[in-house]
Amino acid sequence: MKVKATTKDGKMTIYLAGELDHNAAREAMFEIERQIDEKLPRDCVIDMSGLAFMDSSGIAVILKTYKRMHESGGRLWVENVPKQPMRVLDAAGIERIIRITILSE
Amino acid sequence: MKEINSLKMEFLSKSVNEGFARTAVAAFASQLDPTLEELGDIKTAVSEAVTNCIVHAYPQSIGRIMVRAKIYADNTLEILVRDWGRGIADIDRARAPMFTTGGEERSGMGFTIMESFTDRMTVRSREGSGTTVRMWRKIAVRR
Repeated sequence: MKVKATTKDGKMTIYLAGELDHNAAREAMFEIERQIDEKLPRDCVIDMSGLAFMDSSGIAVILKTYKRMHESGGRLWVENVPKQPMRVLDAAGIERIIRITILSE
Repeated sequence: MKEINSLKMEFLSKSVNEGFARTAVAAFASQLDPTLEELGDIKTAVSEAVTNCIVHAYPQSIGRIMVRAKIYADNTLEILVRDWGRGIADIDRARAPMFTTGGEERSGMGFTIMESFTDRMTVRSREGSGTTVRMWRKIAVRR
């Protein structure tokens, strides 16, 4: 699991790569919170194009990040979601809360 | 239904084994010639079931987890995930979407995802003696 972040004009993009499961989630969340605390972005995007696998642990990561951004009045959306993670997000109905775009192939 | 092949493995409830378990079952299931989507569903369902054992069955300790997979003549894959942990007091509540005792780190969607990614799921549990989750998924025959 790799977490990388870039910030431009107050918008942070967090790139997740590898397999996001329960084993990887704690470290991923720690790194995301560290980046947000350091850069204090206005808005935040989670880019999932590099994810090879995600289970419901990823939903918890997204919802926690959403809460964190919401507290400071910022927005969060999720971009470039590959097929397998998208099926997990669909099953959980996350799109009712957070804007999601699918990875185009 | 006639059993064609079977796999049984046992490992410790360490979260590093989540990846091992789902990959092993997916490799076993690949003889059914599943699509990438079917394989992804199987991996996800196994990952959720094994994570439940690690987080909920053995919250403060390390215990054993058994995974058994069977292939039947009608192209159905059966997956059984069993632990000898603390058990589930109220199975209906545990299966409900968004319900979790796992705090902020868990989404409460594990059982919901297992249910929607398989054809059928049963949960048997007794407090203090463990939980057995069984899932069935029929893989479409492609020509």
